[in-house]
Formats: sequence, C-alpha cells, structure tokens
Amino acid sequence: MSTSRVENPAGGVSGKAIRHESAPLHVTGRAHYADDIPLPAGALHVAIGQSEVAHGRLRELDLSLVRAAPGVVAVLTAADVPGENNYGAVLKDDPIFAFDAVQHVGQPLFAVVATSMDAARRALRLARVDIDVLPAILDIREALARESFVLPTVRLERGDAEVALGAAPFCLEGSFSLGGQEHFYLEANVAVALPQDDGSLVIHSSTQNPTEVQHVVAHALGVPAHEVGIQCRRLGGAFGGKESQPALFAAIAAIAARRLGRAVKLRLDRDADMTMTGKRHDFEADYRVGFDAGGRILALDVMLASRCGYSADLSGPVNDRAMFHLDNCYFLDNVRIVSHRCKTHTVSNTAFRGFGGPQGMMVIEVVIDAIARRLGCDPLAVRQRNFYGIGTRDVTHYQMRVEDNIIADLVSRLALSSDYQARRAAIARSNAASSLVKRGIALTPVKFGISFTATHFNQAGALVHVYADGSVLLNHGGLEMGQGLHTKVAQVVADEFGLPLSAIRISATDTAKVPNTAATAASSGTDLNGKAAQAAARIIRGRMQDFLAGKYAADRAAVRFTQGEVHIGETHLPFAEAARQSWFARVSLSSTGFYATPKIHYDPKSMMGRPFYYFAYGAAVSEVAIDTLTGEHRLLRVDILHDAGRSLNPAIDIGQVEGGFLQGVGWLTCEELWWDREGRLKTHAPSTYKIPAVSDWPEVAHVKLLERADNREDTIFRAKAVGEPPLMLAMSVFHALREAVSAAAGDGEAGARAAARLMAPATPEAVLRALGALDGAGLS
Amino acid sequence: MAQAEQAIKFIVDGTPVEAHGLAPSTTLLNYLREQGCTGVKEGCAEGDCGACTVVIGELDGARIDWRAVNACLCLVPTVDGKEVLTAQGLAAADGQLHPVQQALVDNHASQCGFCTPGFVMSLLAHYLELGDAAPSREGVLDALSGNLCRCTGYRPIIDAGLAMTRYPAPSRWSPADAADPARIERLRALQRSQDCRLPGYTAPRSLDAFAAEYEAHPDALILAGGTDIGLWVTKEMRTLPPLLYIGNVVELKAIAYTEEGLRIGAAVRLEAAFAAIVAACPQLAELARRFASRPIRNAGTLCGNIANGSPIGDAMPALIALGARVRLRKGGATREIPLEDLYLGYRQKDLAPGEFVESVFVPALAPDTHLAVYKIAKRRDQDISAVCGGFAVTVCGGQVSAARIAFGGMAATPARARHAEQALLGQAWSMAAVDAAARALSRDYAPLSDMRASQTYRVAVAANLLRRFWFERNGTSAERLDALQPVSLLVGDA
Repeated sequence: MSTSRVENPAGGVSGKAIRHESAPLHVTGRAHYADDIPLPAGALHVAIGQSEVAHGRLRELDLSLVRAAPGVVAVLTAADVPGENNYGAVLKDDPIFAFDAVQHVGQPLFAVVATSMDAARRALRLARVDIDVLPAILDIREALARESFVLPTVRLERGDAEVALGAAPFCLEGSFSLGGQEHFYLEANVAVALPQDDGSLVIHSSTQNPTEVQHVVAHALGVPAHEVGIQCRRLGGAFGGKESQPALFAAIAAIAARRLGRAVKLRLDRDADMTMTGKRHDFEADYRVGFDAGGRILALDVMLASRCGYSADLSGPVNDRAMFHLDNCYFLDNVRIVSHRCKTHTVSNTAFRGFGGPQGMMVIEVVIDAIARRLGCDPLAVRQRNFYGIGTRDVTHYQMRVEDNIIADLVSRLALSSDYQARRAAIARSNAASSLVKRGIALTPVKFGISFTATHFNQAGALVHVYADGSVLLNHGGLEMGQGLHTKVAQVVADEFGLPLSAIRISATDTAKVPNTAATAASSGTDLNGKAAQAAARIIRGRMQDFLAGKYAADRAAVRFTQGEVHIGETHLPFAEAARQSWFARVSLSSTGFYATPKIHYDPKSMMGRPFYYFAYGAAVSEVAIDTLTGEHRLLRVDILHDAGRSLNPAIDIGQVEGGFLQGVGWLTCEELWWDREGRLKTHAPSTYKIPAVSDWPEVAHVKLLERADNREDTIFRAKAVGEPPLMLAMSVFHALREAVSAAAGDGEAGARAAARLMAPATPEAVLRALGALDGAGLS
Repeated sequence: MAQAEQAIKFIVDGTPVEAHGLAPSTTLLNYLREQGCTGVKEGCAEGDCGACTVVIGELDGARIDWRAVNACLCLVPTVDGKEVLTAQGLAAADGQLHPVQQALVDNHASQCGFCTPGFVMSLLAHYLELGDAAPSREGVLDALSGNLCRCTGYRPIIDAGLAMTRYPAPSRWSPADAADPARIERLRALQRSQDCRLPGYTAPRSLDAFAAEYEAHPDALILAGGTDIGLWVTKEMRTLPPLLYIGNVVELKAIAYTEEGLRIGAAVRLEAAFAAIVAACPQLAELARRFASRPIRNAGTLCGNIANGSPIGDAMPALIALGARVRLRKGGATREIPLEDLYLGYRQKDLAPGEFVESVFVPALAPDTHLAVYKIAKRRDQDISAVCGGFAVTVCGGQVSAARIAFGGMAATPARARHAEQALLGQAWSMAAVDAAARALSRDYAPLSDMRASQTYRVAVAANLLRRFWFERNGTSAERLDALQPVSLLVGDA
C-alpha cells in the first residue's frame, strides 16, 4: 500500500532487525533494575509477615518479640495504614494487611521495617499469630460444588445450543483440566520508596502498571495522586505478573517510608514472591459438542470454571477473554458458554500472557481433537473444516465480524513448508515399528484479539523533547520488560525525524512525565505507545516545518526530514542546525502525544460488540515423542509461521515468538503448581517449579514471520501486536502429545479414550496416567 | 578452634579485595552486591536459576582452573586465595565487549536482561575451557544447564554459544590466560602459608589436620561446595555452627585409579568425579549430564552428596548398584563400609561424632554385568528426581548370578531393592523374571506422594524402569528419547 510506504520511509530504521536498546548494558551487567539502584544513607528494608493458614479469623497478632528483635525499626499492621487498606485492581477486596478474615496462605498480616533485609526476615519469624482455622476451599471442583464465586457467573449464547445438540448427527461430551502457571519473571517484585522534602514520594517500582501503583499508593496514604511519583526504567520480566501485584508492595514500602521519613526498600525473595503473588488461572471445563460427519461443529455447550483465588483482582476480564477466545479460529454457530469465577482460599490469580485467552483456546482445541478422534480423521482436517470463512461464517459468538481472516492461507502454507502430511505418514510408520517410544505430530492455529477488552484502557501518552543540539529524548507510558518496546518506539520516532536511532534516547517510565497511562499489557505496548510517540514527534516536526518553510520561503510540503538532515527545497540543514534555528526563533521543541484506539466498543453486560481492533494470527507444527514406560517426552521439532503484520523489528518479533512459544510449552508440559491439603503451595521456587530450561528448546526449529502481511487496520506502520499470541503456538505440543498417547494406546477408540485423558500440564506422570498405566497401580 | 582475626583475600574482576569481619555464612552474592557489584543478580538464592553465576579461578599447579558457580550458594571464606569474575569485568578497558558478550548482543539473546549476566558467565567458563576447540551444541547446552531464561526460549543464546569462538580473541579472558604468568603470580601471592582460620571458619590443608580438627570439634559443620549448606543460610536462615572447610585438604582432592576401581576423595567436585566414573562406566554418562547443573557440579562434591544422605540424591542409586564403599575416618582411625549401610534412616547416618566420609571407592564393573541408571524428573536439565534407579545385573550362562538394584526417591533413604534382587537371583534373565522382580518392588518401597510425583507414579515407574533395563540389555526396541531425531530426517530412509 502506498500509504504504508509514506508512513514507513524507505531507508528508515523501522522494519529493521535492530538489537535491543539495552543489550550492551545487559551483557555487561550494567543495566539497573529496581534492586540495583543505590540507596541513600539510612535506608531501611521491609519484609512481610504472611499467613500460614489458608482460611480463618485472625484473633491475635502478638508482635512484641518482632518489635524487640535486633535491627527492627518499626512494625506495620492494618492499623498503620493511613488511608485505604486495600490494593484491589477492580473491586476493593484485596486488603494490604489482613485484619479479620485470613483468606490464603501467604496473605500479608504485617510488615517489619529493619536496618537490613536479613534483620527484617529474621524478625518475621518471632511473630505469634493466633488464627481460628476455618474450612478452606482449595480447588475448582470444590468451589463449584459449594457455589463459591468471587464474581457472578457470566453466560454468552448465540443460537440455540440445546436444540442444535439434539439435531446433530454426532455428539460427544468430555471434561478437561488445565493447570495454572507461575510467571517466574527472573526479577522478583521490588519497591523502593524515597521520601522527598515536602513529604511526597518517588517510588521505584518493578511494575507494568505505574499509574495503578500511583493511585493505590495515594489511596493507601490518603494523599492526592500528585504526591506520588512512580518510576521504572526496566523490568526483569513481567508477563502480566507485575500488572496488579506490585501495588501491594509499593504501598507497604510507601507507608513505611512516609511514616519513618526514610528511604525504604521492599524486595521479595523468590519464595515470598511465588507464595504471595497471583498466577495464571487454572481451569476446569465440561463440554458437549454436536457435529456432522465431516467434523464441522454444529452445536457447543461449554462450562468454564477458573480458580480466581480469594479475590476478584483481574479475574473478571481474564475469564471474559477466555469466553471470547473459546472460538480460537473457528466459527461457532449454536453456542452456549457459562463461565464461573470460582473463589478459593488460595492466592488471587491474575494476568498472565494471554489473559485467559489461552485457556479458552485450549478448550476448543481439545474439543476439536476429540471430534477428530471420534471420526478417525486427521485433527488438522477438522480444524480447517471449522475455520472462519471470508465473507461468510465470519461473525464471532460475540457479534464481531472477523474482517482480517488469514488463517486458512497461513495454515496451508505452514502445512506445506513443514511437510506435515508426509511426516504424519512417516510417524505412523515409525510408531508401527516401535513398541516403547511413540511419536505424535500436531498443527494448531492461533487467532488472538488485540485490545484491552476494557475499552478505556486503550489510550496512551508520550512526551518528546528535541533539544537545541538536535538530540531527542523520548518518554512514553509503556514499560520495557524485555519485549523490546523501547527499541520499537525509538525506531518510530527516529523515522519521524529522519534521524539515526542513536539520536533518540528513552528515559525511565515516570508518572511525572506521562500521566494516566494504561498498563503495558494486552500486547498493546507498541500499538498504543508507538502511535502516541509518533503523534508527539509529528507535532514537533510540524512546528519545525512551519518555521523553516517561513524562514526559507519554501512550501511547507517541501520541508522533509531524512538521513539526519532537514531538506527545505534546495537547502539542506543538519537536523541539529534545524533544531538550533527553531529554538532560537522560539519554536517549542517539546510535545506530548496522545493516542486512543479507534473502532472498538463493547457492552460488558451483553458481551457483544467489537472488543478487538484486529486479530493476530499464527500456527505451529510440533513433533514429539513419548516413552511409554515412563511418560517422559521430548519436543523434537517445531515449525512456526506467525503474523506480526508489517514487523517493526523482525529480530525482536522473532524473539517474542520463540520465547512465547517455549513459555507456553512450559505451561502445558513441565510447569506444575502443587498445593498440599493445607493450601500451602509446595512449588514455590525453581527447585520444585520447573520452567523450561535450555535443553527444552528443540534442536530442529523453523520459526518465521508471515511476509507481506500489512495489518489492514491503521496501526503503527501497519505492524501487529506480538506479545501474547505466540504463547498459544504451544498448543501444538500438547496436541502432538495427545497424538502420541493415542498411538501408544493403539489408536481407534482406545486411542481416543487415552488421548482424552491427557490433561495439562502433560508431565511424565500425566502421560502415564492417560495411558492407563497408573490404573490400579500403587500400593495395595 | 583457634581464633585469629584474618582477612579473606581474593580478587574480584582483577582488583584485589580484603574482606574483614565477615560472618562466615555470608554468601558471595550478597557480598558482591553490597560492594556495588550489582551485575550479579539474585533470582532464586538456591542455585537453580543461574542469575548469580560467576566464574571462579583457582590455582591448579601452573595453570588457573576456571569454573562457573552460583554465587548465591558460595560462602565468601571459600574463595579465599581465588579470583572471582563477573559480567562487569569482562569488557576490555576501551569498552570492547568480550566475544561471549558480543555474540549474545549480535544474536539478540537478551530480552529483559536480568538473567543475561549469568548466561554471560556460564558461556565465559565454556569459552575458556574450550581452548581452540569449536563449541558443540551438546557442550553449550551442558554449560547452560544451570541458567534459566524466561523470555527468549533460549534459541538465540544457544546460537551465541555456538558463535562465540568465531570472534577475534579478546585482549583479556581468553583461554591462553590460564597459563599467563602475571595472573598466576598474582594468585600465588594470595596463597597462605598456614591454614585459614577465621572466627567460625577453619580450612585445614592436610588430612591429618582436618581429621584432628573434626575429632576435637565434632559440633563443627563440614563444608564442601555449599550446595546444600548454602540453602540452610539463604532459605532456612539457620545460624550455622563453626564451619570446617574440606575444600583445601590436598589429599582429598585426588582420584586414585587401581585395577579394582576408583577411589574418589571427599574434596573432589562432582564434575571431576563423574568424569572419572563415566570414563570407567560410560553407562553413567546421561546421569552425569543430568545430575544437577554444571555450576552445581562445579561446586558440590561427590562425597558431599553421599554424606548429605538425601533420599533424592542422584549419585547413590548408581553407586550402590556398582557396589561402592565409603571410607570413614575419625581422627587417625578409618573403616570402610558398603555405601548402602551408611544410611540408617531419614537423614540419619552411621557416622560417629567426629567421623566423616573420607573417600568413596567405586569398584570396576564385574564381568558379564549389565549396568544402567535412569533418572525420572519433569525436566531434563537440573531437576530433582522423582525416581532415580540404578541397576547392575550379572548374567552367567543365561542365569542371574548377581543383582544390585537401588532407588532414590522411593524411601526415606537411598536404598537397595532387596526383594526385587532376590526375585532375580538364580533365575533365567527373562521378562518373566523381570516382571516378578518388578512386582517384588512393592515390598521394597512405600514411597510418598509429593510435588514431584504421586506414590502411584513412583511405584509404576520404578517397575517400568526395571523393564526398560531388561529391554535395553536384550536389544529389543531400546529406543531412548535422547537419541531421537525428528521423523522428517528419516523420511529418506523410509
């Protein structure tokens, strides 16, 4: 498209595989994270006293020994919160410190402020906590049975599923259990609160969501928002885990700093972080599906139930997104989805890359898989048969027209480039010849909706300064958490000014520079902040154009910014000289920029509308092998074709695709959250909670971005969001494992039964259980 | 123990440092960060994520031996007389990145960057040990087995590891530096003429001195690599008794080779110990690779794993199956017992006060004996076993004449499967006999359910491992996952 070419100038830096802006700092250990910021003299450290009981009433908190412990300066409880004792993201149901009801193991009861982290941690253990223990609800099925919910149940229906089920030639029903996931960002939560001379606070917070941290802290202190400034230069990973959680830690550090008038740092150790912060929701699903002999779905009735934990947090929108994404790439005609948001006495679950979407998509993929096995055909054929059409069968169950559907073509290309059919046949031959090891292959597609479903979050601001020497300082509301956001936004601004990337510097995200921001979440960081920064740069550029056109008596349109210069007709000025002349002539060289995503709207009551600006697509083919004696398995090869629109930076986008894929593989295979009967999470450190390690990356991997794939919507240089969608490419690994399990069970009906028994995460034990090898095993 | 105020002296990124008055339980990670060396990151404080990886250089004769370790588990007194390298000290004086760093940058191998300094150091250790050799994929994976990255999916990091030797040699930290006289001299100058004694920490250099010290102070805690004791400090916040460091005892750093087998001293690190064992018994290669991670094997000792006596320690099933014996010493007296007899109950050992594990003897494999060790865990790299089984079965004339089977993860201690062994002895080496032995396992063990596996799974998989052992020894369908290639590469053969 010609408009794209104008927007994304040839010879610019956008679209190029440019390294991460902080890469040299990363490899030399010089990159500062919140824990690395030098503290002023006299700084104090906080540790949090946690409940060891899942559910109960707090009778007495005797902290006298804690107060008397060496190094302890202060002890904080609910009574010490000057303002509102709550950090809830949506509802006000998350106390900073519990004061009556205790609702999960790890819930903060008090905090110790001491001269060192070691002293604070040691003092914690001297607390005498008296809790009346009450019965605890610890899993989804129990919560369902007891109708224990954090939010009302939501229904989404189109057509008449019941009637269509009755009329369908084939029907199946089944259940699926899908585990949760710990974020395991390498940098645990940190907040450093620095009191200023007027009592206001500057807080370095490891957060994806500075604005929310600012407001929660202000409410907790009972002060206006302008007394609290939140800064963050970079995060050591986040993945959604630092969207609503950091407010708690910043609030505690702020309360201590405000009260004591000293700098206060709160850094969680790994075990505290994993125990105290929310995770991906685990789900239970029951389904009934009606279909025809070709595998086309005619009716679907699904019950979704998720573990929300003790409070709402972001569970409402997470579960909404699971409902929206239950279609994945498939047209669902007569459909009923009932979504229960279960309350359990476990930590409150939260945002995690995909935000409920992956869970909804896994459910429909499991349904498709069951249909294919029932009909004895290739699951890929059933997938293709159910794809949304183009111009027909193209309206989602929430009444949004899928206008940018490219999935059929993308999948065909991938099936071809990966030799899917030939390998599937070869695997069948290989399986016939091997008794102990069985292979499986699966191709699964991804369609993921881009935008916050809460429409008001789809806005962003930026602040751009051009200094009189021509150097540019860029600031925007997004957080750099490793995804390359700052690199991409700098590329955009460099191209707007026709400057090399080295002329653009990005400074720490700061609520004092760009206010009222949305969380850097929902894959939206570049879409929103890239556009806002572009808007700011264009305002400055426009002022310079006006001035220079006047000064050099040229047409405004003849003033062009390119190759580090400004061309005014025949006159060529270095950009720095153009900036200097503009400044000298009293032209403002600083501007904010603002962006609000167009077109989107949605009625949260009916769940109908256009919640998403566009969709991102992708697909993956995975080949696995299982050992039928032990259930161990290995990913042997993956082929990925992913749609990043017109990529702003292919190197960074490939990084998102590969990293998201393997994170999804972890979710669906080796990462297992395990609570004991008292509701204590026993997998609270990397010794027990196993994220993928280096050997888990398959030796054969072909990962590509879809080419010539301009976004049909007017996004920043026609790129597409790429943060979350690739995670769901990992569904191919799980379904390849089901294929292998089916083969091990002899395919046919027995194979279908075995495959349907494979739940996620597919640990070696889960595989052996699916194979029936654990039936009747154990000690008599 | 004699109390003398001494400074711990070592080198950090080329700068000599002296640490005075440190608590002996201070970790190298906390020390470095407090000194402002914040490029060393805390990700887990338990040696499982690798964000704190540093390289330690130690004099080894006329060379410097460099190895990557986890700073979070390394107690500062143990680096006395050594040098510590961090990611902040690698670049040349003019800012030129080290090849390891440049390869990571060029391959887009950092995203959030928090784990990156640790990857840099693991790759640096591998770069230094490679010498002139080209890196292999398996070598890079092994070097990185103790580093977790949550962002990249590892592909670009692996690529960087494979590319790092293709860059021009750096002005410092090249393999040649291991023999650099100036560096060696600087380390030599730090070596003590007497044992290092600090309040709460003693590091004897001779076996006699060590044995005498422990006999005189049986309440002392013997410290080797600190890969478990470090956790007592970082996770349990225990106040440690006086530490008696075994890592400087010259006699115990040796491996002795005889016709009968190997004798491995108590100060021999896991990496070196396994190298020697695998040379003798290649069947243990996979276990050696999957035993913890490279940095843990570079720190921990084989005898430490034995003396620790954890029910899930991975060395014991293999060693018991091999018929290993431990030599115990108290003062000047020694005795030798079968390894399995060391374990009396959960974390209880047949060790008198003041008595310690001096060495382990690993006998050569008897003729006609099949040996295998299988480790079952959720992850290939650095995971604690749900079940680990060691099998040594001698078959003479088609009949089982000897059988030693041991499991970890199945009981309160690593233990032999006496009933299963009995079921095999004297029987024809057949699937029927193996099935009978597999059934007998339920009389040997009553494992627990925990976060690693259920009791049901442990019971079922232990029996299946015995079957796998039979299948592999009898050549039928002995495919192992580790050896598989994607099917597409076989299509041409089909």
